[in-house]
Amino acid sequence: MEVRSNRQFTMYGLFIIVGLVFIVQLFKLQILEDSYKAAAESNAVHKEIIHPHRGLIYDRNGKLLVYNEPVYDLMVITREVEMEDTLRFCEALNITKETFEERMNRLLRNFTGQVFIPQLSKLEYAQIQDILFDYPGFYVVPRTIRVYPHRSLANTLGYIGEINATQLKKNRESEKYYEQGDLVGQSGIEASYEPYIRGEKGVKYIVKNKYNQEVGAFRDGALDKKAIPGKKLVASIDLELQQLAEQLLTHKIGGIVAIEPSTGEILTLASAPSYDPNLLTGNKLSVNFRSLIVDEYKPLFNRALQSRYPPGSTFKTVQALIGLQAGVITPKYQFPCARNLVKCHWHPNPTNARTSIQHSCNPFYYNAFRRFVYKDGDSFDSLYYNYDVWRERVLQFGFGRKLGVDIANEGAGSIPKAAFFNKAYGEGRWNYSNIYSLSIGQGEMGVTLLQLGNLAATLANRGFYYIPHLIKGIGEQSKPLPEYQKKHYVGASKRYFNIITNGMEAAFKNGTVGPLAQMPYNKDIVICAKTGTVQNPHGEDHSTFIAFAPKDNPKIAISVYVENAGFGGIWAANIASLMIEQYLTDTIQRPALLKQVVDKAFTKREILRREAIRKAAQARADSLKALLVRKEDE
Amino acid sequence: MSRRSIVANLDAVTIFLYLALVTLGILSIYSAVYDVKAPQPIYNLSIYSGKQILRLAFAVILVIGIMLIDYKLFEAFAYVFYALIVLLLVLVLIVGVKIGGARSWFDLGFMRLQPAEFAKLACSLAIAKYLSQSGVSLKIQRKNVGAFFKTALIALTILAVPALLILLQPDAGSMLIFVSFLLVFYREGLHSIFLFLPLDAGIFFVLALVVPIAYLSFAVLVLAALFFGIYYFLRGKITRRLVMSIILIALVHIAYAFSVNFIFENVLKPHQKERIMILLDEEVDKRARGSRYNLQQSKIAIGSGGLTGKGFLQGTQTKYDFVPEQRTDFIFCTIGEEGGWIGSSLLILLYIGLMSRVIIIAERQPDGFARIYGYGVASILFFHFTLNISMTMGLFPVVGIPLPFISYGGSSLWSFTILIFILLKLDAHRNRLFAG
Repeated sequence: MEVRSNRQFTMYGLFIIVGLVFIVQLFKLQILEDSYKAAAESNAVHKEIIHPHRGLIYDRNGKLLVYNEPVYDLMVITREVEMEDTLRFCEALNITKETFEERMNRLLRNFTGQVFIPQLSKLEYAQIQDILFDYPGFYVVPRTIRVYPHRSLANTLGYIGEINATQLKKNRESEKYYEQGDLVGQSGIEASYEPYIRGEKGVKYIVKNKYNQEVGAFRDGALDKKAIPGKKLVASIDLELQQLAEQLLTHKIGGIVAIEPSTGEILTLASAPSYDPNLLTGNKLSVNFRSLIVDEYKPLFNRALQSRYPPGSTFKTVQALIGLQAGVITPKYQFPCARNLVKCHWHPNPTNARTSIQHSCNPFYYNAFRRFVYKDGDSFDSLYYNYDVWRERVLQFGFGRKLGVDIANEGAGSIPKAAFFNKAYGEGRWNYSNIYSLSIGQGEMGVTLLQLGNLAATLANRGFYYIPHLIKGIGEQSKPLPEYQKKHYVGASKRYFNIITNGMEAAFKNGTVGPLAQMPYNKDIVICAKTGTVQNPHGEDHSTFIAFAPKDNPKIAISVYVENAGFGGIWAANIASLMIEQYLTDTIQRPALLKQVVDKAFTKREILRREAIRKAAQARADSLKALLVRKEDE
Repeated sequence: MSRRSIVANLDAVTIFLYLALVTLGILSIYSAVYDVKAPQPIYNLSIYSGKQILRLAFAVILVIGIMLIDYKLFEAFAYVFYALIVLLLVLVLIVGVKIGGARSWFDLGFMRLQPAEFAKLACSLAIAKYLSQSGVSLKIQRKNVGAFFKTALIALTILAVPALLILLQPDAGSMLIFVSFLLVFYREGLHSIFLFLPLDAGIFFVLALVVPIAYLSFAVLVLAALFFGIYYFLRGKITRRLVMSIILIALVHIAYAFSVNFIFENVLKPHQKERIMILLDEEVDKRARGSRYNLQQSKIAIGSGGLTGKGFLQGTQTKYDFVPEQRTDFIFCTIGEEGGWIGSSLLILLYIGLMSRVIIIAERQPDGFARIYGYGVASILFFHFTLNISMTMGLFPVVGIPLPFISYGGSSLWSFTILIFILLKLDAHRNRLFAG
C-alpha cells in the first residue's frame, strides 16, 4: 500500500461531520429546547407548601372561641419499612395486627410518604413517639385542626373544609391562591374572614434524589418563602350571653339576636336547634355533616340570619314611624279599636300612636296603613303608587334586603313590590283588603331575626343603625371593617322615635308584656319592648319580641323568635328579659324563671318524648297500683 | 536512543489532549458521584473518583512499561498477544462473573478486568501486522482478484474470532466496535463501495422498519425508473447491461428490506427491538417506559445544561441518580449538564483534535505496521466517541460502550492508554527506523 494517500482526508471529513452533528444536536437540546430545563426541575426540585397557622378567634372579652390543635398524621414510606416487632407497634397504636396488615396492603409500594393513620391526637402520638425510632419508614407530620372549646356559636363561626371544585375554579380565575386539598372556611366567620385568618402559605423548595429522599435545599433556600400566620379576629360576641341564649333555646325552634346599638356589634347570634361545631372538624367532618343535613329540624339552617319570619306586631313600630313621618297620622291622632276591621283583643280604647304600641292595637294600624296608601285618594293608582313608596320606606329600615352582616348566607327577608300583587291577583284586581295584614306585620312579608334585632337597635338609637357585624377587630387593629363604622339613618325624626319608645316602655311595664318578664330585682332598669304574636296556620302561634335597655343610653337591643310558643308577651318576652338581666347586671337573680324557660319545650320531638315518658311512668304506676289492689284482695 | 530522547520525541500534542481528557474524566466522575450531604475530597479512595485516580496511576506505570519495551516487540509479538486475548475471551465465558446479564468480567478480587476492552488493542496490532506484510493488499487488482479475497478473508477472520466471542458474553456494544476496522481497510485500499454499502444498509435498515414494506418496494422501483429516464435523457441510449444491473440492485434492496423486517420480528429480543424502535417511532416511545426512562433522563440532564451549564458539582440530574450508569456509559450527561453547550462542544473539539492528531501521526509513519496500527487507534476512538455520544443524545440505540478516557472503569482507561502510547512509542522511533 502506498505511503501517501488522499484517503486520510475522508477520515478528517468524517470526524468533522460527526462533531458538527453533535454540536448542532446539542445546540438544539440545550439552547433551543426549554422543556428539558423544566423537566429537570420537576425531577429533582420538589415544592413543599408550608401551611400557616390559621388566625384565632376571641370573643369581645378576650375569651378564646376557636383555636388550632395539633394533630399528627402517621406517615409511612412503604419501601423503607422494616418491621421487627409488629405486635409492639400495633399495641402502641392501639390497633390489631390484622388492621395493620390491611392498611399496609392498601398502600402503594413506593418511596413516597403516604398517610398510614390520619390525625392522631396528642395523646395517641405520645404513645408511639418513643418507639417510632425503631421502625424505619414511619414518621409523623404535624397538622392542625380547628377546635371550638365552648361548643357554642356553631352556625356563626362556621367550619373549615376541603376546597370544592367550584371554589377552586373561581379562585383560579382571580388570585390563584388555593390548591386542591387546601382547607378553606366554608361558612360563617371562617368563610367571610378567610382572607384575613388564613395567613399566607409559605414555600420550601427541596432537592430530592431519584428515591425521593431529601438531599438539601434548592439554591440554599433563596426561593423559599416563610409562611405568614393568619390574623387573629376579635368577635363582638359576648360568649357568656351567647351561651345563655343557647341554653334558653333548649328544645325550642327559633333564635335570639342581641346587638350593641351604639356600635352595631352583634353580642349574640343564636339559632336553635344548633349543633356542636366540633362535629365539623377534622376527619369526622363528612360523616357528621351528612347526619346534620338530614336532621328534620335543620340545625345547619341559621334561623337568626336566614329565616323569613313574619314580624307580627313588632312591625307596628315601623308602621307607626312611617305614618308619623309621612303625616298620615299625628302624635295626637286617635282611632277606635274597631274590631270589625281586623281582630284585636280587649284594651283601653281608643288609642293613639303611643298607646297603640303599648296595647298593640290592630285596627289602629289597619287604619294608619290605609291612610298611607290612599293618601292621594281612594283609587287603585294611589294604592299602587303609595304602596311602593311605603315599601321603599320599609326597606330603609333594613327590611326586605340583606343588611350586609359580615358572614355569608344572610337572608334578605321579603317585602313584595306592588307589581307582585298585580301578578298574584291580576292587574288592578286587588285592593287594600288584600294587603291590610301587612299593616300588622303579617301576610306576604318575611324578615330575618337579624333585621328585627337591627330594628330594636334603630329604635334604641332613635333613628339610625350601624350595620350589624360580628367582627370588631382584625389582627392588631381594634376596628371593624370600614363599612361597619358608618351610621345609617332610617328617615324618621327623633321626635317620632321618642313617641314610639315611650309606647314600648309602657308596653313592657303595663301593656302586652306578661308579669314573669318583669324584673323585680332591677326596677331601675327601664326596658322598652314590643311583643308580637304571629298567626301560624300550621299550628301554635309564633312568639316574637323586640326590646332594648336601658331606655336612656341603651346598651343592648334584642330580638327573640320562638316558633309555636304562643303569645309574644310570654315566652319570647321571658327569654329577652333574662338576656337583658344577664348582660346589664352580669347575673341572673331569677333562677326559677331561668329553669322554667330552659325546661319548657316547644319542639314536637321533645314534647312527644316527654309525653311518652309520662305515659310510661303512668302505666307503671297503674300496674303497681293494680298489683297492690290484688295483693290486698288476697 | 537514550531514554531521555524517547521522552523528548513523544508527541506533545497527543499527550496534552490525552491528559486533558483524562482530567476531565476524573472531574466528571467526581461530580457524578458527589454526595451533597457528605462531601468527600476528590482523591478519597472510597469514592469512584479516587478509585479512578488510582487507576490512572496504574495507567502511568503501564505507559512507563511501554516506553521501556523495545518498539520492535509490538510488531513481533502482535500475534502472540492476539492469541492470548482470544484465550482470555474464551476463558471469561467459562470463569467470568456475570454482571448486568453479560459474562464479561474476570473478578480478580481487588478489581475486575474486562478482556473485551483489550481485544481492540490485540486486533489493532494483529491487523496492522498482517496488512503490513508485503504482498498483502486490499486493493482489487484485475490480474489477481483472488489475492484480494484471501486478504479480506484473513483480515475479517482476525476480527471475527474475538467479535463473536464477545457477542457470546453477550456484549453487542463492544462487538459493534470491530466494525470500525472498516475505516482501516478503506485507508489500505479497500474499494469505497465497501464503505458505501454499510451506509446504504444502515439507511435502508431504518427505512425498512419505519416505512411499510409495500411502499418502500414501490419507492425503490420508482427510483429505478427515474434513473433510467434521466440516464436516457442525458445519454440518449440505455444498454442492456445497465438495465440488468439496476434491476438487480433494486431487487437486492427490496429483498434486504424484507429480511430486515423478518429479522426484526423474529430474531431480535424485545428489549433490543424496543431500543431501536424508541428512536424511530413516537408511539413506541410512549409505550416503552423502561427504555424511554433512561434516554429521557439522559436527554433531560444534557438539555437542562443550557449554554454555559449549571457549573461544576451543581448538576441536579446526574447528582441525584436520575440518570442511569451516569459514571460509566452515561458520563457525557454530567458534562452536558454541568458544562452546558460550551463545555460539551469543547469536549467534542478535544476528541476531534485527538483523533485527527492520531491520523496525522499515522500518516507520517514510514512503515505500514505503525500507520495501520495508528488508523486502528483512530477508528476505534472514533467509533466509541460517535456511538457513546449518539446514545446519550438519543441518536442511536442504547448500547453499553464507554466514552474513551472519561468513563469510569479501569479496563477501558488502560486499554485506551495502551492504544495511544504504543502509537506514540512507535512514532518516537520513526526517524531511526527510517534511517536503518
